[in-house]
Amino acid sequence: MTQAQLQETANQPALIEEPGVRNWRDYFTFNTDHKVIGIQYLVTTFVFYCIGGVLADLVRTELKTPEVDFVSREVYNSLFTLHGTIMIFLWVVPAGVGFGNYLIPLMIGARDMAFPRLNALAFWIIPPAGLLLIASLLVDAPDAGWTSYPPLSLTTGQIGQSAWIFCLLLLGTSSILGALNFMVTILKMRTPGMTVHQMPLFCWSMFATSALVLLTTPVLAGVLILLAFDLLAGTMFFNPTGGGNPVVYQHMFWFYSHPAVYIMILPFFGAISDIISVHSRKPLFGYKAVAYSSLAISFLGTIVWAHHMFTSGTPGWLRMFFMITTMIISVPTGIKIFSWLATLWGGKLRLNSALLFAMSFVGMFVIGGITGVMVAAVPFDIHVHDTYFIVAHIHYVLFGGSVLGIYAAIYHWFPKMTGRMLNEFWGKVHCALTFVGLNLTFMPMHALGMMGMNRRISEYDPKFESLNFLCTMGSYLLAVSTFPFIINAIWSWMYGPKAGNNPWDALTLEWMTTSPPAIENFDELPVLATGPYDYGMSNRNTEVDVPLADEREPVLAAGPSSVLRAEPDPNVAANPEDRK
Amino acid sequence: MQSQIIDPAKTDLNHHHTAEETASHHEEHPDHRIFGLILFLVAEGMIFMGMFGAYLAFRALLPVWPPAGTPELELLLPSVNTTLLISSSFVMHNADTAIKKNDVSGMRTWLGITAAMGIIFLCGQLYEYSNLEFGLTTNLFASSFYVLTGFHGLHVFIGVTAILAVLWRSRTSGHYSNEKHFGVEAAEIYWHFVDVVWIILFGLLYIL
Amino acid sequence: MNIPSSIWTLLIGIALTLVSLWYGQNNHLLPTAATDEAVLVDGLFNAMMTVSVGIFLLVEGILIYCAFKYRRRPGDNSDGPPVFGNVPLEALWTLIPAIIVIGISVYSFDVYNEMGGFNPHDVHEPPVAQKPMKMPGSAIAATLSDTPPSTAPNLNQQKSEEARLDPATASVRNDDQIPQQRNAPGVGVVAPTIGSSPDKQGKPPGLAVNVTAMQFAWIFTYPDTGVVSSELHVPVGREVMVNMTANDVIHAFWVPEFRLKQDAIPGMQSEIRFTPRIMGTYPLICAELCGPYHGAMNTKVIVETPEAYNQWIQEQQVASIEELNQAVAVKPADLSPTEFLAPYTSNLGIQPEILKQIHTNHH
Repeated sequence: MTQAQLQETANQPALIEEPGVRNWRDYFTFNTDHKVIGIQYLVTTFVFYCIGGVLADLVRTELKTPEVDFVSREVYNSLFTLHGTIMIFLWVVPAGVGFGNYLIPLMIGARDMAFPRLNALAFWIIPPAGLLLIASLLVDAPDAGWTSYPPLSLTTGQIGQSAWIFCLLLLGTSSILGALNFMVTILKMRTPGMTVHQMPLFCWSMFATSALVLLTTPVLAGVLILLAFDLLAGTMFFNPTGGGNPVVYQHMFWFYSHPAVYIMILPFFGAISDIISVHSRKPLFGYKAVAYSSLAISFLGTIVWAHHMFTSGTPGWLRMFFMITTMIISVPTGIKIFSWLATLWGGKLRLNSALLFAMSFVGMFVIGGITGVMVAAVPFDIHVHDTYFIVAHIHYVLFGGSVLGIYAAIYHWFPKMTGRMLNEFWGKVHCALTFVGLNLTFMPMHALGMMGMNRRISEYDPKFESLNFLCTMGSYLLAVSTFPFIINAIWSWMYGPKAGNNPWDALTLEWMTTSPPAIENFDELPVLATGPYDYGMSNRNTEVDVPLADEREPVLAAGPSSVLRAEPDPNVAANPEDRK
Repeated sequence: MQSQIIDPAKTDLNHHHTAEETASHHEEHPDHRIFGLILFLVAEGMIFMGMFGAYLAFRALLPVWPPAGTPELELLLPSVNTTLLISSSFVMHNADTAIKKNDVSGMRTWLGITAAMGIIFLCGQLYEYSNLEFGLTTNLFASSFYVLTGFHGLHVFIGVTAILAVLWRSRTSGHYSNEKHFGVEAAEIYWHFVDVVWIILFGLLYIL
Repeated sequence: MNIPSSIWTLLIGIALTLVSLWYGQNNHLLPTAATDEAVLVDGLFNAMMTVSVGIFLLVEGILIYCAFKYRRRPGDNSDGPPVFGNVPLEALWTLIPAIIVIGISVYSFDVYNEMGGFNPHDVHEPPVAQKPMKMPGSAIAATLSDTPPSTAPNLNQQKSEEARLDPATASVRNDDQIPQQRNAPGVGVVAPTIGSSPDKQGKPPGLAVNVTAMQFAWIFTYPDTGVVSSELHVPVGREVMVNMTANDVIHAFWVPEFRLKQDAIPGMQSEIRFTPRIMGTYPLICAELCGPYHGAMNTKVIVETPEAYNQWIQEQQVASIEELNQAVAVKPADLSPTEFLAPYTSNLGIQPEILKQIHTNHH
């Protein structure tokens, strides 16, 4: 009965103190509220992040010394295989989906996602799949790397490899269902006054991400089905002894797994755009360029995959084609980076944890971007392919990029999700530790790779010992850095100061409702009084008489910025140019 | 139970709302479901595209294709099967036309015929499998043949099941009408998809 | 002192350029460039490093500058100026990166061409079958050549078995699951990846070496002299062509000092060419995950004077004959060779007749 009462009161906005607070038991049910599902995603994936982090630290402990002295070689291979698989498929990808679930309906003024039950189903696929993968560690862990190239993956343990394939098929299904839901929600369920050019950039980037997921994840499913046949039924698709071709696997695998990198980074490009604009109190510089660059990245991302295969015997012209497309991707990415810098420039930066993480994101991602251009150049990539240079590159993109982006987003939206503020001091400690740890861990890897240390090895040339020692210490620091965050988050969730509806004075729609939002988000269809990033406009703080939306009156149905109106309301028009 | 309570479409509160709100939110929104289904089929299509891509790559990379010793495929039965499947799409469309005219019994008849044609197609496939001279692991062509047709056959099976489910539900009078026939429409779109995939598959495996 | 901001911008720009140029040329991040190709790659890397350092310093500089200059002062709750964009500026930062990456692409293209990436044989014309190439150690590779299976004493096979039966690795090899020893048809795709450089095109390489990679060893065969070795010896200054394939799973041939890497793929043959220019001993590393002992799958490349190289070849030829005799002599007298080898050969696909032939050839 509590639920029914909550719903009732939710329709009287701001009359009760904590309108959307949920019973903790709700988070363990097949709940169809997008906000519950969003938090389920975020908490679950964070747990997997911790597991993946422990595996990473075990790997680094082994690599502290050149000898194999901590775990056996087989266990070592399982450790990095699971580390890669968990971090990609159970942490960064679903964390983006988690934020998307929580924020998109709020940002576009919808009451829920388009298909709430499908949404819950997509989430509930994840825990069993993750448990299956981790359980395989106890029996016969997969140890052919997260790429599972055949024929190696066909010759190692059959049980572990099957568990890996099955887990990825499940997670892929979940991800496709999620993407489908986002597409329909973003395209069809925006509040009537909101055109695509009034959506917050997070919605744009989730749209680009979902398009990529829909087009590429199924190809991964296809190749995994073929691999499963090779593994279990004895077919020879990728097994050279029967005339199969292992390189075909690589093509199909990377057709998904390169876009997967964009699936992992694009949501946080969007989140960072929102966060930087809010906390520097300036409109986002070049909204349309940033929005369309997401689509450009998404499109180009599907035609670059073979740059992972420059040493796999791909012919020269193919290498050149993929080199050039890969290089071109840096242009839309550069547009984003420079737009963020221009947004910061001349603002009134509120240097809180969210903005500090966002600025670290820009600073660190740029390193990953630069090394990305380097490894796109075929002759140089031939040297550094499959070395620690690549490990450094991918971690600057996925840790320096995605993970810092996730943290920035958590610090920014935590007040909305829980109704309480995170502690700023410990937030800054967390940011500083993460920043130092990250650079200490991954910066020396660039040098290691170029000097000649290949990846996925448990023993190495003793001349690399000192740099490896630095990396290992850095990884311990990263492990330590998560404790202030975990304690801060739990404590603040329970006892933190009340956040109020809009602690950051932000303008996007999710801040226009209570914190945490009531079950159906908005009492009435929300009305766009301003554009998403209209900071610094003179009338923002003054009370404006906003005409209410009225469904019965066609002209008013969509609110003051409706395209149905011949003239936008000059008081509150969404487009700044239309204002008085 | 909790999920039901929260489900926005089912609470009394929301029914009270729907009365005064635009249709887009709390009613069943068939347009979104059809759109969702189409996106889902795009994803499904990409699985097939991936497998076709792999097949073409094997074909291009192997010096001799099909690998030496692969027996010629019999063309008669598959051609009959293909004709059957393609014509079933038109039959299926009649069901859709019928329900749009609110003719439930007409729809049931056409759906029944479609399902029967689908089942005959599946039986034909099984008959072909049992008469082939190669097995799943004979060579690369054989493996591709069985996996591709088998995966498609699975989709036909799901399609037939969907049609039978629609038939079962249509026993309740008023379950489908000219206003409300998402199930029929979804089954039809899915059936056309299965059909298109088969045409490509047939071209790749038997003709090319 | 009131220096106009344009002067500051100019000064900072000059400083940035100088620092980038200096670091780009003096980064010492790459090891010795021991082949002609490596010198080209290093030139490309240094150019990219110069641009990268510039961009890196620019971005980080702006971030740090903003954090200090534009931080919110206490008590100031106002917003920044409502600047929504600036089309010329945006066009500028679209165009400049585009020009930079096009420049890098053209430079990479040129370097790749110089290295021999665009060998005319590059397309899938299968000269494979016709190549007089033979990698006896590899069941798969052997089928690549049209020549009937050799009945000559097979030192490569023997080395391969020694590596296989090494107790350190034997326990983890999953022999029954590894496809290598079954007699399988090869795909027969050739992937010449770094061919001859344009000035050497059409000429035969100075030296050809066949490389077979297997879990967890490298086997080098010198077809001209029949030498089989577990180290790669090459003379300085002569173009070397390496043909490679793998027995079981994918491996990768990598010599950091050569800046060359090529996957050795079972069922496929790949070739690279390079010209060593500095003498020395360099590590040769397997760079593609190939199983538990992947990290230990290393050997040496020795670039030496032509005289030292010739001497080594002669020593090897002598040694290999002795070794072969010894291997046969060592067998217990009460067993026939077939019986002795039966436990090993049963799952190797080696026919008893072949063993018999080896036997008769040498006694």
